[in-house]
Parts: sequence; structure tokens; C-alpha cells
Amino acid sequence: MQTAVLFKTVSRHYGEVRAVDRVDLDVRAGEFFAMLGPSGSGKTTSLRLIAGFEQPTAGHIEIFGETAEGVPPYRRNVNTVFQDYALFPHMSVRDNVAYGLMIAGMGRRERHAKAEEALEMVRLPGYGDRRPSALSGGQRQRVALARALVNRPKVLLLDEPLGALDLKLREQMQEELKGLQRSLGITFIFVTHDQGEALSMADRVAVFSEGRIQQVGTPQDVYERPDTPFVADFVGSSNVLPPDLVRELTGLAVPASLRPEALRLVSGAEAASDPDASRLTATVTGLSYTGAVTRVQLGVRDLALSALIPAGQPVPRGGEQVGLSWDPASLHLMEAAR
Amino acid sequence: MSVQLATQPAILERRPGLLARFSDTLWRRPSVLLLVLLGPPVAWLGIIYLGSLLALLVQSFFSIDEFSGMIQYEWTLKTYGELLNPVNLDIIARTVLMAAVVTIAAVLVAFPVAFFAARYASGRWKAVFYLGVMLPLWSSYLVKVYAWKLILAKEGILTWGLSKLGLMPLLDLVLAIPVIGGNSLSVSYIGTFLVFLYVWLPFMILPMQAAMERVPVSLLEASADQGADPSQTLRHVLLPLALPGIVAGSLFTFSLTLGDYIIPQIVGSSRLFLGQAVYAHQGTAGNIPLAAALTVVPVVIMGFYLWGAKRVGAFDAL
Repeated sequence: MQTAVLFKTVSRHYGEVRAVDRVDLDVRAGEFFAMLGPSGSGKTTSLRLIAGFEQPTAGHIEIFGETAEGVPPYRRNVNTVFQDYALFPHMSVRDNVAYGLMIAGMGRRERHAKAEEALEMVRLPGYGDRRPSALSGGQRQRVALARALVNRPKVLLLDEPLGALDLKLREQMQEELKGLQRSLGITFIFVTHDQGEALSMADRVAVFSEGRIQQVGTPQDVYERPDTPFVADFVGSSNVLPPDLVRELTGLAVPASLRPEALRLVSGAEAASDPDASRLTATVTGLSYTGAVTRVQLGVRDLALSALIPAGQPVPRGGEQVGLSWDPASLHLMEAAR
Repeated sequence: MSVQLATQPAILERRPGLLARFSDTLWRRPSVLLLVLLGPPVAWLGIIYLGSLLALLVQSFFSIDEFSGMIQYEWTLKTYGELLNPVNLDIIARTVLMAAVVTIAAVLVAFPVAFFAARYASGRWKAVFYLGVMLPLWSSYLVKVYAWKLILAKEGILTWGLSKLGLMPLLDLVLAIPVIGGNSLSVSYIGTFLVFLYVWLPFMILPMQAAMERVPVSLLEASADQGADPSQTLRHVLLPLALPGIVAGSLFTFSLTLGDYIIPQIVGSSRLFLGQAVYAHQGTAGNIPLAAALTVVPVVIMGFYLWGAKRVGAFDAL
């Protein structure tokens, strides 16, 4: 399959700070790719390197096989949906959407028709005459999307585009973005710190930490088979068991990931009658009810773990002693921290 | 902690004193606060400033008796008619042209400085910028103008420097230009222009810098992202968004040039500018009505200027 964006040991340093540090990346043409990580992990800088707003300190970047370093943003057939939308306040919505076409020299009538088409695509038909300031956050987001897509870029970059939207709107936009990506066939590269968003939308996810990529894989890969403790913890807040505890359980001295939903709580009475029913003893230190599930905080020796109990099932009381059990297959062994 | 909480009332007693009572009143009635804050300055502006402007306007509708030199307190448009005689029209045209040229040059010179300060300067460089722009304002205006006269004079440092560089023919060429040239820079319109430009430049840089600082970087990036090269971004995004600042700065440079009577008197040819004419008529000539009418001219011009700026959408981005 063709490569859309290629990073070869790309670094971007600001003095001592290594925003992006020797990153290798291979985004395939036509895929929905997510860059996931906490703030300061290098994901946004990587996006800006692709857009051309930043130049690499070292390394090589290709966009559809062509060398990209040293090429200014305005010569890249790549468009960005900015985090703050960056709509031009002195132009109407129509002129905003048609801006790139005007710059490209397209006639007024034609570019206005294209802009209206793009506005229809993001379900804002007839909004062309308004000013961006007269739109809601969700509508501005759609205009920014239309402005980026109207140029039919080779790659569409999205910088935390859903961050400012409320939950309902965010879920709706996730669906729409996925639909648009599928119907247009454009490569989408999406930066987010929300692991749920990355898992639900992306074909593949790259998990960033401290300027480096921890793991690249399908959502199932990074969620179920994390390579490192960081990935296990960041993607879905898994329980990371330290090597010495894992050695007691399995004989291997490596860290392991154990999903909160894989943990089963065994009551004290049940554990007493059947010693094999429980693998570890824990104290319930806290409970938080979130609707569909209740998250149980557990203290195991000096370790803090969490378990999820689906609604409707019995919930232990705080301070209660419980046993923990799990399917051995759900204990995922990892290599030591990178 | 809990004991203390229990003894605290839900609503606190008002603190003793008239001031506390006044504070409560102001909080309940924001309009009173507005009155207290705005009253004195508005009264000052209204009575002292607008009042004297009105008195001026009234004066301009009187006339002077040519034989006795006495002011005739009868309503007439005769004085305004005098504005149209060739001598006065010449003065008005000269001043407006100078103000326009100074303003355009100030925009061109101020733009890169303001852009650098708004986009790239931070911390120490920002301090250097503000100091560099404001420092000239701290010294006396007269001192600066006389310093410029020395710089531009035939025996001055500029002539000396140019002769050392072997560039005298260039200076002679410039001075040989009819109308704006002259014997030396200090007695030419070019000299007057240079001094005006220098003295008013801070008034252009500061509002432009403030306007450009308000343009988010992401808008410039979005423009580049959409394929616009830097000159297109300048034309379609940065300039329109910085326009209110440019107009604000040009209001300063334009009106200050229209009204100034000291710079053209010290540096330049002996031909009069509006401010000098006003000065001469209200002083030695004692023709207060004509001085008043001449003063109305820049007020009217600035009115049209603002109206025109609004018409072309200079304030749309505000």
C-alpha cells in the first residue's frame, strides 16, 4: 500500500527540549491515523512538521514520496483543521471556505459554488453569508473542516478538532468525520489526547510519550496488547503490575498489564471456602459511580489497582477485604519500560 | 474548623463606616459608579475642550474690518470665503499633501518595526522595542527639531558624512529637484518631511503593533496552509486585520502634521503651513476670525478622513 507520510528518525528540538525525538512513522494512503498522547508528548509538533509550520532539526520527511523538509506550508498539498479553527474573522463563511481556491486563482462564481458544495458536505448549507463570529463552536468546527476539504488535499491534518465541543456534539462529529474520511478516501491524521476518541475513530493509532512513539498499531493492538507500561496506563487506564509481582504470579520478571474490566471481585466468604478462587487479596479504597459501570479502587499491598463492575452487579463497600481473580489469558506481559 | 463554621453567620455584617455603605451602594447601582468615574473627565472634556472648540467655531463666523482691524460681531460667511483665496488654498493644499505623504511614509516605516515587535519580540527584546520607540518621546520636542536642523544643515553631519562617502553628487541631485529641493536639506520640504516623519513615528508604530499583536498566529498559519505565500497572507489576512491599528496611527500622524506650526518654521522653506498661518493670524495679525476658520479646516478634513475610513471598512475587524 502507498505511503502517505513517512518520518525517518525525525527530531525537532527547541534548545534542550526534545519535542520530537528520533521518530519513525509510516502513515498509509487513505487511512485514518490517530496520534495519541498527553500534552507535551510531541504529537502536535509531529502534525506541524507534516503541515510545514515546523522544520525538523534532523531526519527526513516524505509526503507521498516527495521530500518535505525545507518546503514551505503553502507549497504542500496538505490542509489543517486548527484546534482554535483559525477562521478569518473579517471574511464571510463563504469567503473563508473559498479562501484556498481564491489563492489558487479560481474565478469567483466557480469557487463560491465549490464553497457551497463543501458547506453542504458538512451540513451547513446556506450559511455562506454569515460571519464566523455569528456561529456556534460546533458550526465553526464544520466551517474549518469545509475550508480544509474544499481543496481536496492529499492529507488532512486535524489538531484536537473536537476538544472544545461538548460530549454529545463530539460523538456526533466523530461519526461524521469517519463517514467523510471513508467517502472521500483522503488520508486523515488526527491528533488527540482522548484515548476513547483515538480508539473509536482511527484505523491505526500511534501512542506518543516524551517526544517518542511508544507503539503504533490498530486500536485493538494498543488496547489489548500494549507494548509498554506507558501505553497500558495511558490507553484505557489499565492496571500495570510491577515485575516482582508478576514474577510471583507467573515466574517471569516483566511488567504486565491487566485490564480493569478483566478483574473479577471475589467476596471474602467465597475466597475462604475456595482458596483457588482468588489470586490476590485487596482492600476496597474507593468507589466511583459513572453510570454504566462502577469503578472500584483497590489497594493490593502498596499498589493501587482498579476494577470495573457493570451496573446491576453487587458492589462491595469501602474498606471491605475482597479477593481478585482473572482469566490468565487477560494478563498481558510487556517488555520493560523503554 | 467545624466549630468556627458553626459560629459564622451566613450573611456577614457590613463593616462600619461611611465608605463601606458607599461601596454597597455602588455595588447595587453600577450606574452610580459609572457616573462617579466618568463625571469629572467628561465634564472636563465637555466644558474645556468642546466649549473652546465651540467658541472657535463661533469666532469663525465673525469677520474683521479691513480698515480698523476690529472684529465685527455679525454672522457672516465672509471669513470662510477668504479661505478660498489663492494664498490660503495654497497653504491648505501644501499642508494636506505633507500630512498625506508623512502618513504614508510612516505606515511603510512603522510596518516592519511593528510586525517584528508583535510577532517575534518577547521578554528583553520587547523591552528594547518599547524603550526604543518611547525614548524619543521623553525628550523635548523642540530639542529634537533643533537637533534635526543641525543634522540636515549644509554644515551638518549628514552633508559631512555623505561627502566622506563620496555621495555628494547624490545629495546635490536630490536637492536639485524642483519645489521639494533647495539650498540644503534643512531649508527644503524634504527636510520638513524627514523631521515630521521622525517626530510622529512612535504614534504610528504603537497602535500598529497593538493591532498586529491581536492577530492570532494561527490565522497566518491557516492562510499559509491554504496555499497563500507570505505576500498573499499579508494582503488578504494581516493587512485587513491590522487596518484599525493603521487607521488609528494615521489619525495621529495626519492630524498632528495638519496642526503643527513649529517644525515647518524651524526646518523647511519659508512657505507657510496651516498651523503657522493660524499662529500668524491670531497673533501678530490679530485676525482671530480667519485663524478660527483656518483651524476648522483640519477638523473638517479629519471628519471626512474618518468617514472615508469607515466607508472602506477600516473598522470592520474591530
